[in-house]
This record gives sequence, C-alpha cells and structure tokens, in this order.
Amino acid sequence: MSELAIEAVGLRRTYRSRTGWLRPKIRQTEAVKGVSFTVAKGELFGLLGPNGAGKTTTIKMLNTLLIPSAGTARIFGHDVVENTTEVRRRIGYVFGGDRGLYDRLSALDNLRYFAELYAVPAREQKARIGELLELVNLAGRERERVEGYSRGMRQRLHIARGLLHRPQVLFLDEPSIGVDPVAARDLRRTVADLAATGTTVLLTTHYMAEADELCDRIAVIAQGELKALGTPDELKHYADGRRVVEVEAYGIDDDVYGRIRRIAGVKETTLEAQGAVQLLTVQSASDVDVQGEVLAALDGVRLGRVAARRPTLEDAYVSIVSDDSPELVVAT
Amino acid sequence: MRLLRMVGVGSLMHLKMASRSPFEIATGLIVPIVQATMAVYLLRASEQPQNMIKAAVGAGLMGIWSQVLFGSGGAIQRQRWMGTLEMMIISPRPPALTVLPITIATGLQGTYTMAATLVWGWVLYGIVPSFAHPGLFLVAVVVCIVGLGMFGLLLASTFILMRNANAVCNTLEYPIWLLSGMLVPITVLPGWTEPVASILPTTWGARAVHEAATGGAVWPSVGWCLLISLMCFGFGALSMSYVERRARAAATLALA
Repeated sequence: MSELAIEAVGLRRTYRSRTGWLRPKIRQTEAVKGVSFTVAKGELFGLLGPNGAGKTTTIKMLNTLLIPSAGTARIFGHDVVENTTEVRRRIGYVFGGDRGLYDRLSALDNLRYFAELYAVPAREQKARIGELLELVNLAGRERERVEGYSRGMRQRLHIARGLLHRPQVLFLDEPSIGVDPVAARDLRRTVADLAATGTTVLLTTHYMAEADELCDRIAVIAQGELKALGTPDELKHYADGRRVVEVEAYGIDDDVYGRIRRIAGVKETTLEAQGAVQLLTVQSASDVDVQGEVLAALDGVRLGRVAARRPTLEDAYVSIVSDDSPELVVAT
Repeated sequence: MRLLRMVGVGSLMHLKMASRSPFEIATGLIVPIVQATMAVYLLRASEQPQNMIKAAVGAGLMGIWSQVLFGSGGAIQRQRWMGTLEMMIISPRPPALTVLPITIATGLQGTYTMAATLVWGWVLYGIVPSFAHPGLFLVAVVVCIVGLGMFGLLLASTFILMRNANAVCNTLEYPIWLLSGMLVPITVLPGWTEPVASILPTTWGARAVHEAATGGAVWPSVGWCLLISLMCFGFGALSMSYVERRARAAATLALA
C-alpha cells in the first residue's frame, strides 16, 4: 500500500452551465486549475482559501463525488476515477452546515442507516455507534429527532457518521462553519484526537486559528490555484517584513475604507464586521509606519482599541491570496 | 445477506422518513379520496355501474403509480435538497442498491394508497370490495407494486442526472395512467399506443389487478409483469452505474 494517503497531480475541474432554451448559452467556469499536492499517511493537512477558491471542488474530486476534467488523484494508491469502490471504502466525508442528515429521523436511525450503507458489519454496529456517540458527546440524545438539534449537535453527528466505517482518510469540508466557539473548540479537539490515532485528515476551513492550531501542513488555494504550501510557521514568513495595525471602529464606510487603502505604504487591508464592531487590519512594510495616517483617515469615526502587533498566519494568508502574491512557493 | 439487510434497513428508514412528513401524510389522506371520487363519477357517467369495483381498483392503481413516481423521482430530488444524495453515492455500495430501498419504501406506501382508496370507495360510495379472486388480488397487488417499483428504479437513474427531476415526474404521471389502462381500457386508446403500453410493467400489473378483481386469467399478466420488472431492474442497475458516473462528471449530485 502506498505510504502517501493522498496524491493529487495537476487536478483541474471545469463546470459547464447552460442558460436559455431557444438560444442556449454555455458558460464554462474553471474552478480548479491544475492543483498538485501530496498528503502523508496520518498527516493533518489544511486547505485554506477564500470563498470560491476551489477548496470544495478539490475535496469532491478527491472523494470521488466529482470526476476531474484533467489530472489524476489517488487515495492510498487507488485512482479516484477508476477504483471508486476501493477509494470509497477508505474515506469518510464530513461537510459543514445544516444539510446531509435525515432530519426527521433520530441520530440513532441516521447512524444505523449509514452504518449499513458504509458496510459496517452488523455485529459491530451497535458498539461502534455507541462509541461514536460518546466521542461526539451525543450519548443520551441519540433517540431525539435531528430536526431538533442545534447546529453544533448536527455537526458532531456529521462527524460520527463520517467515522462509522473507520475511514483511513477523513475529508472535513469547513466542519466548524456556523458553530459556536465552544462547539468549535470541541470539534477541533475531536479532529486532533483523530489525527493522533493515525487517521489522515484533509481539512478545509476559513478560520486561520483553526488551521494554525491543527494542521501539520497547509496549502493555500485562491482562484483555483495553489498559492502556497508549507507548515503554519513556514507560511507565516509570507508576512515577514510587514507591520500590522488593528483598529476597532464603529461606522467605517466605503469612502473611509477607500482612503485607507490608498495611503502610501499600505500593502493589504481587511475590514471584518464582528457584531456592531468593525475590525480594520492594515498591513504595511515594516519600515513604514502608517498608523498616524490611518487614524487621520478615520477622523470622525468612533474608535475602540488601536494596536500594532506582529503578523499572524491570518496576515500571511491575506498576503498570499491577494493579487500581488508571488507564484507558488513550496516550503520544505 | 449483508446486501439484503442493507436494503431492509434502508427501506425501513425511508418509510419512517416518509411517515413523518406532514406533506406525505396529508397527501396520503387526501389523494385516495380524490381519486376514488374521480373514478366513481367517471364510471357512473359511462352508465356502467357494474364496474364500480373496477373504478375503485383503478383509482387505487393510479394512487400506487403516483406514489412510486413521485416517491422515486421526488425522493431523489429530496435527497439532493437534503444533501444526502452525495452521502448515499459516496458509500461503497452499488448505486442501484442504495436507491432500491427508496423505491421499496414508496411501493409500500403505494400499498397503503390502494387500501385507503378501496376503504374510501366503500365508506363514501358504498362500493363493497368484493373480488372475483380475493387471494389472487393480493398477489396481483404485490406483483404490481414490484413492477411499478422496478420501473421507478429505472426512472430514478435519470432523476440522479437531472437537477429538475420534478418536471419529469409531472410529465409522466398522467400518460402512464392512460397508457397502462389503470382506469380506462387500453382498447379505447389510439392503436399506436398499444406497443408502447405492452412494454410497460405498469400495464401488466394493472391488468393483473383488474383481472383478479373482476374476473379473468390473472397469472399470464402476473408473469409478464414480473418478467418486464426483472428487465427494468437489470436495465435500472446498469443505467444507475452509468448515470452515477455521468452525474459525477456533470456535477449534478449536489444542488449547485
């Protein structure tokens, strides 16, 4: 058996959509443009990227749900297009959000049904389901219908479902999306435990902290292309030579944001709404102090905390996915 | 044995799902009344009161067909909406066997529809369900449901490929009622429909049920129905594997 759990070579995927009947228009969208990477057995590998970057498409090509338009992929040496059944026996797939479960059935019925589908031997099912319910902290609630579950509980049930047949490779597609911080922390612990017991995990996420905490290596993907690949510490170097100013504000409009972006020396800016507060992050070259000019541009806007800090993985990520990012650099 | 168990558990779960759907419950209560009423007035208008049991049985058959058609087609679409179609397809089982439980579950719902239609025909219109061959009637109904189910499996494969499967369901409902002679004899239809009708398992299933209810040779129709059903299952299983691959290429397993 191959020691590489996942091998992706030049994966491409184009979607075709057709609109109109009399004069149909065919539109082609290239979602993934030649992505290559490998994941070692037992590794926890992160795939990071903004919305529409091609993360889910990449995962779906690896887990046999989509056939690549070009390129090849193998799971423990089995081709995802030609040896579909062999690949499916070895993989689990968990995605984030409310869908993917039978809402009108109980968690127990969901797990019983999927245990049959995923060929878990009948004599092992009861014990395995009990074990997983304990693992995801749903023991005692398993006879309730899923429609009454919170987002976090559903997500945990998703994970239990994905682990039923003890997959060697687990694909987690944004598993923490929409779950509260406590549930997300529990989820991270579960994922880390799985990796510690030898399961290979491919995780996609938007959350840098999650990737930083969990992943052995991270690939950053944007506009369908792999932009960077390395350990979290290696990727942080992308933000080397930069300084970061963070400002909490209330009421930054497009004009003000535009003025800040145009300040000389500013390399990247992000503006994130966190409830009523807006978090403005401004990156500049380390030898340029733009804090004064940023504060001047924010004149008239109510401000909270203002701080200069060291670049984080998130800053590196912003730097990588931005337009002026360098060609793919594989950190070794 | 493991495959049988999977099909059994799967059918039970899909039946449980349907039995807890307010829409399915409402449909199951109302549709048999509407169909029994429609059939009764249709045959009363044709001044053939001796055929009232035929009307009730015909209405029941229409109910079974609607249930199987919307069950198989609609269920695939519902799985797509719920995001469970991908989870079914990603399992290491043959695609036809993952879809078969849905078809069986809808067939079982269809059995209820037949019974409910007969009961409503009795309660509302006084049509006593007395059959020429009561034992054979039960056999014919089961065979008919198997036939419809296998036909549903064949149709389900196309529903996996098409995101707008609902439109196909709506289009197929009435033509198959008519072509299979569920309510109106095939002999009153234009001649060109006969070859089409003769290759539909629904035609032979409906004929077997009608013959068991009102008298006639039931077994030949049962035999033809089972034979065509077997062929539908074979084609359904083959086309399901083909369609699954096409759907993965065309990216139609998910909503978008």
